[in-house]
Amino acid sequence: MIKTTDLNMRFGGLTAVSSLNMEIGKNEIVGLIGPNGAGKTTAFNAITGVYKPSSGHIYFKGRDISGFKPNRITELGIARTFQNIRLWKDLNVIENVLVARHLRMGVGVFSSTLHLPGYMKKEKHSKEMAMSLLASVGLADEAHEAATSLPYGKQRRLEIVRALATEPSLLLLDEPAAGMNPQESIELMDFIAKIRDDFDLTILLIEHHMQVVMGICKRMYVLDYGVTIAHGTPDEIRSNKKVIEAYLGVD
Amino acid sequence: MKLKRNTILSIAALSCLAIFLGFADLFLGRFAIRILNLSAIYIVLALSLNILNGFTGLFSLGHAGFMAVGAYVSALLTMSPSQKEMNFFLEPIVPFLQNIQLPFVLALIAAGLCAGIAAFIIGFPALRLKDDYLAIATLGFAEIIRVLLTNAQRLTNGAQGLKGITKHSTTPVVWSVAALSVLFTWALTRSSYGRTMKAVRDDEIAAEAMGVNITRVKSVSFVISSFMAGVGGALLGHMITTIDPKMFMLPLTFNILLIVVLGGNGSISGSVIGAIVVTVLMEALRFLDMPMNLLVIKTNGLPGLRMVMFSLLLMLVVLYRQRGLMGNREFSWDAIIGAGKRVFSAGNRAHKNSSKNGIKP
Amino acid sequence: MDLATFFQQLANAVSLGSLYALIAIGYTMVYGILRLINFAHGDVFMIGSYLAFYAISATAMPWWAAFPVALCLTAALGMGLERIAYRPLRDSPKISVMISAIGASFLLENVGIVVFGGRPKSFPSIALFDTVVKLGSVSVLSVSLFIPAITALSLLFLEYIVHNTKTGLAMRAVSTDLDAARLMAVDVNRVISFTFGLGSLLAGLGGIMWTMRYPQLNPLMGIMPGLKCFIAAVIGGIGNIQGAVLGGFLLGFLEIMIVALLPELTGYRDAFAFVLLILVLLVKPSGLLGKKQTVKV
Repeated sequence: MIKTTDLNMRFGGLTAVSSLNMEIGKNEIVGLIGPNGAGKTTAFNAITGVYKPSSGHIYFKGRDISGFKPNRITELGIARTFQNIRLWKDLNVIENVLVARHLRMGVGVFSSTLHLPGYMKKEKHSKEMAMSLLASVGLADEAHEAATSLPYGKQRRLEIVRALATEPSLLLLDEPAAGMNPQESIELMDFIAKIRDDFDLTILLIEHHMQVVMGICKRMYVLDYGVTIAHGTPDEIRSNKKVIEAYLGVD
Repeated sequence: MKLKRNTILSIAALSCLAIFLGFADLFLGRFAIRILNLSAIYIVLALSLNILNGFTGLFSLGHAGFMAVGAYVSALLTMSPSQKEMNFFLEPIVPFLQNIQLPFVLALIAAGLCAGIAAFIIGFPALRLKDDYLAIATLGFAEIIRVLLTNAQRLTNGAQGLKGITKHSTTPVVWSVAALSVLFTWALTRSSYGRTMKAVRDDEIAAEAMGVNITRVKSVSFVISSFMAGVGGALLGHMITTIDPKMFMLPLTFNILLIVVLGGNGSISGSVIGAIVVTVLMEALRFLDMPMNLLVIKTNGLPGLRMVMFSLLLMLVVLYRQRGLMGNREFSWDAIIGAGKRVFSAGNRAHKNSSKNGIKP
Repeated sequence: MDLATFFQQLANAVSLGSLYALIAIGYTMVYGILRLINFAHGDVFMIGSYLAFYAISATAMPWWAAFPVALCLTAALGMGLERIAYRPLRDSPKISVMISAIGASFLLENVGIVVFGGRPKSFPSIALFDTVVKLGSVSVLSVSLFIPAITALSLLFLEYIVHNTKTGLAMRAVSTDLDAARLMAVDVNRVISFTFGLGSLLAGLGGIMWTMRYPQLNPLMGIMPGLKCFIAAVIGGIGNIQGAVLGGFLLGFLEIMIVALLPELTGYRDAFAFVLLILVLLVKPSGLLGKKQTVKV
């Protein structure tokens, strides 16, 4: 599904991600973990086109997408959420989802401004789809509230719904459980597994809650200072010496 | 039921307005007509800047430049060959413009198109910039446009400007264009495309990540806004009948910016109200610049005092009421009736209280 | 162009470039600290030259007493401007601050029209600055020799402040990270106020030099130099003091030399700066000496 080869991301003298070689198969849920500042989000940003890789390649469904613009990459089927929630503050909940639908609606400025019949039909369809997506995460009642007035946990769910609205085949989740209590984290795990099945997704997620990662990821990659120090199954990672050192520190 | 009431109210209000505008020429004096028509033109211009600034979050200071393009295009296309000959006495006009004379409507569309094309070209480099850089770059392009207009003697008559432009901007014309602009802006901002514009305004990075082609959205918004600015500029030219490159400088952009900020960034009704308020104030405060005789105090008039007031007004709005009159909300009958009810019931309560206390109101 | 004309133009370019540099420094300092274009900087420049004009012509002060007084008042104006128009908006969206800055700029211009009158005034002649000096075949006004010297001195003085004083350290801290500086007990407001004062002082100095070189004052005289010097600051890499000086000189040379070489472009002179700005922003948006910035996601 997605594969990176020798992906490097340098800022000035700093190498944030170095030689990342990652491969994820269809319908897998894979974790990307590591201490703060390990380069996980940078890797996400490189994959989704926010940053242009300094060197190396990213292949998505066999196609080299390195250096593509973010919207093009989303169009090809990669969607993401953000670590520091980035909802559009002056749009309400359903509008946040509808903006993400625009990509698949295929309407231009004229047909939408003139409210032509073709546009109205697509708009109606998008609204129905947005509503059912919102209902699936329990946000239907808040559809017309300001997105940023929602409590933190709901904002995170809204971000996931917004990403789903772009009809992705690969979903990148950046710390989806951040700020959640253990109960919510468990619910989230179930939710992630459920959308994987319902939407036929492949999921790559960054997470600090070990419980969550170990619980739903069959495989994971561990980064430290941009370098991949380990990858394997949860059990292998748990007993990996390098990983323990990275997390606990050595003198 | 409620919807119906509001619809009826709207239709009634709009018909009153239409009738008023239809007959305005008959009973209003020249000065009042001028204010009335200028308001309409400023509505068009304020909406055009609001699409860019309020709805797409692109801060441009180049509006006067696009207005200039529109004003010149429309003026040159509608002038009769003999008029042109009279204007271009220093150097003759370029041959291809010499004998061309189009109907006003076509010239108006051409004015918008030319301004839009200019915006498309300028947007290419400029829209890669953000915030203050974009503001300075667009200001720079407007300045370049003005310098070009000043120097293209055979095309624009240079610094002498154009005189005797046909007075096409009558009350029905300018108000129809204003109504169309309101309708268009309303439909645009409430469409799927309008939503993506607002998403770009609120968070570009998130918009791009959700598949919005931000370069395209910005460019489209810039072109639409400039099209309207071009039309507005053309209407302005056909109203005051004389244009020259010096007219289209930063102060003109300042006026429009003031309207948008005062009315509320991102509010259509705010722009409409702001345009009317500012136009009326601009004309009403003209006395400040003129000699005054206030019983004992005699002043010789203080040119500039009027603009001092407007600069202060702009700063006060930004400092104390950043959202302007309307915020990003829109006019609604429910809000008005609600407010009316509150005032009325408050009045009733006060009345009751006062009678209880034995005080005659 | 013969050699004599070339040297004559070179002398003109040096003095114009130094003037641009002096004003550009003020822009770059404020931008470096607040990430704000002080739109009113050009108008502070205008007020500075009017103050000097009135200090000389309305009082009996000799110029060497009048100029420092005018400069102090200009610095105070800059600090007042920051206090009233910018400080209340420190946490507001960037667009609001820009609008306030534009409002302040128009306010100063129109207050200028009301108070000073719209008609141009001519600056009194001061013998020391107003004598013609012959250097070989080139003849220049003595003020043209003073200007580069003053710019150089100001630059040295600033470099000293920024790199060798405690206030300078605080300025650098605020410019790197305002919030972190605040947490480290830097009195951010005082530092910003000081920066505005210093920048306005230099604008006032530039204004005085400008009016001795081109001895006409009018309330709108600050607009064009203001815009051009902002452009000079951007070209050099905004936030960088040496960059501002470099950009100022570059712009001064370009304006003088293009017109000298291609006189038919004289009418387009005011557009050069903008064309240059757009070219620089396209090729190297961070300016010649600026550092590249990455957006955090």
